[in-house]
Amino acid sequence: MELLEFARGPAIQFGLYAFVIGTVWRLLGILLLAAKPDHSAPRKSGGFLAAFKVIYTRSFTADAFKQDTLYPKILGYLLHIGLFVTVFLFVPHILFFAGLLGLEWPGLPNNVIYFVGVLTAGVGVALLIRRMTNPVLRLISNFDDYFSWFVTMLPIITGLIIPIRFGIRYETLLALHLLSVALLFAWLPFGKLGHAFLVFFSRGTTGMVLERRGAKT
Amino acid sequence: MSTSKIGYDDTYDLQSKRLSVNKPEIRFDKQGDMTDDQRVEKAMLHFVKDFGSMAATYLDACVHCGMCAEACHYYKVTGDPKYTPIWKLEPFKQAYKREASPFAIVYRALGLKKKVTVDELEEWQHLLYDSCTVCGRCSLVCPMGIDIASMIGLARHGMFKAGLVPHELHAVAERAEIDGSPLGVTPTVFEDRLEWMEDEHEVDINIDQEQADVLVVMSSIEIQKYPQSMAATAKILNAAGENWTFRTDGFEATNFGMLSGNAEWQRDMSMRIIDAAVKVGAKKLVLPECGHAYMALRWMGGNMYGKPLPFEVQHISEYMAEVLNTGKVKVRKLDQSVTYHDPCQVSRRGGATQAARDVLKHLGVELREMKPGGDYNWCCGGGGGVVTIHRADELRHKVFKIKMEQIEATEADEVMTSCANCRQTFDDGQEHFKWKYTMGSLLEAVADNLVEDGQ
Repeated sequence: MELLEFARGPAIQFGLYAFVIGTVWRLLGILLLAAKPDHSAPRKSGGFLAAFKVIYTRSFTADAFKQDTLYPKILGYLLHIGLFVTVFLFVPHILFFAGLLGLEWPGLPNNVIYFVGVLTAGVGVALLIRRMTNPVLRLISNFDDYFSWFVTMLPIITGLIIPIRFGIRYETLLALHLLSVALLFAWLPFGKLGHAFLVFFSRGTTGMVLERRGAKT
Repeated sequence: MSTSKIGYDDTYDLQSKRLSVNKPEIRFDKQGDMTDDQRVEKAMLHFVKDFGSMAATYLDACVHCGMCAEACHYYKVTGDPKYTPIWKLEPFKQAYKREASPFAIVYRALGLKKKVTVDELEEWQHLLYDSCTVCGRCSLVCPMGIDIASMIGLARHGMFKAGLVPHELHAVAERAEIDGSPLGVTPTVFEDRLEWMEDEHEVDINIDQEQADVLVVMSSIEIQKYPQSMAATAKILNAAGENWTFRTDGFEATNFGMLSGNAEWQRDMSMRIIDAAVKVGAKKLVLPECGHAYMALRWMGGNMYGKPLPFEVQHISEYMAEVLNTGKVKVRKLDQSVTYHDPCQVSRRGGATQAARDVLKHLGVELREMKPGGDYNWCCGGGGGVVTIHRADELRHKVFKIKMEQIEATEADEVMTSCANCRQTFDDGQEHFKWKYTMGSLLEAVADNLVEDGQ
């Protein structure tokens, strides 16, 4: 079996299975734990509306913290926007998703995607430097932080290399890109990248708990 | 292995600006006779035991962004990364991953998360007790929305079961469980001090009425250090025409069971008040100027009771706002500027931020908000039981400087709060730094300016 064939077939398939099973396992492992009833008289109605409110509002920083968190916030926004654009608005990716989901949407010109890809890789490097030099981040970081960074950056780097080639066969470069994507799929539910889905639950929980108190969320 | 003798051997220090037991000559920061392994096992078991889906969601969601450090006064004044709020939970995060997380079996099988040691837990005692006021500022900055403060509370449950609570905090909690007060206020002492205030302030104080619409409770800090608060409370309730009472079988509002991490004691302390309120048929429970009492009764009381409380629970600032807004009570206008220090558990964590502002509006003062203020206010540094711990004094004074700078920047004539614990922390800080501002009480400001009918 050719490398590209392996990457396109079993590797991606394995990655997707691991992604789905891992996500379901992790979510069930958390959500099936008993939820304790709250018998306090609510000041405001909490519920799912409060959850949705905080899922949205916590995307923005309160004025009190803006100055102290500006740099990591900007990097965080740029990384996430960059990942969104390169993953979902690159035409070959859209065709991949179309094969998977049966849905298609318009993409951006390749040059724009490459520019955003380089920017995103640069932001990734800046985040890594920050993690390795900031005393707080150095203390609280563990293997998961560095490995998740590596797994996230790998598809960006392998994707950016494809048009440059470096004298390597296109098929080999594409295969490496697909293998890195398979690794990302497979790792996502198990480490900190799981925040892609956990963010809705953690923000939502805080919204439901604190909003019914009428407390600051 | 030391056997704890704390509690009975300690004497109260009621003369200093902040109340606690006297500085112990020999510290007992380890309680009970347990092996190191037993301590670790108990800490982890009782931390994990309290786990619901909420705690699991929080501990699984952290992305190690470190932003919580920027919201913590201990990190801000020291620059020491160990004070990063989420790091204060590190042993318990490890325990969660190893013992209760969805992939716990993998972590254990592959040895990916090592077992926590008793040395680590002892080291973390400083982080979980001496340097966390559970103020909840970190919970507001977290981009994942993790309520770190509530997790600190759970970690303290584990630490208590492991017998790893700071000496003084354990001592006052034990006293509160046994005697009904952390500072030696027996029912007789309470009654004596009420009678003294009744004479001193010429106010009718209702004690041990068999039936009352409103049960009022006090904190030992007020009873011992600010007894005029009892008279002030009585004046306001009398002016509002309430059928109210204090009860000697349920008067202590502080809950050192909660602060120290003993869930059983927390329940016992809450139930004394709940039982008294039920006994007199109260429709309302009015809590004193105490921040954590509001959290313990208003937001956790029903959970201690096991069902919704059969009465309304209000902080005194909420009660005052209500009787002023409805015109049941009237006050004179004050010609001064005031800055208001929000008690974390009442405002940021409790949702009653507006009440004090309504009261200040009725008092006609020029309110000069601190920056940041209201829900984002910096903590005084004395909450969460920290003010009782002598070895934490140096660090507490450092974080108090943030408050001094905030207040001085407002150039207000007066500073007020609605929490006796904040107030004693300010009194202590004022003495330490020879500071010009004296913390005032919102309750006393209202009581001192009541307008009698016909005036």
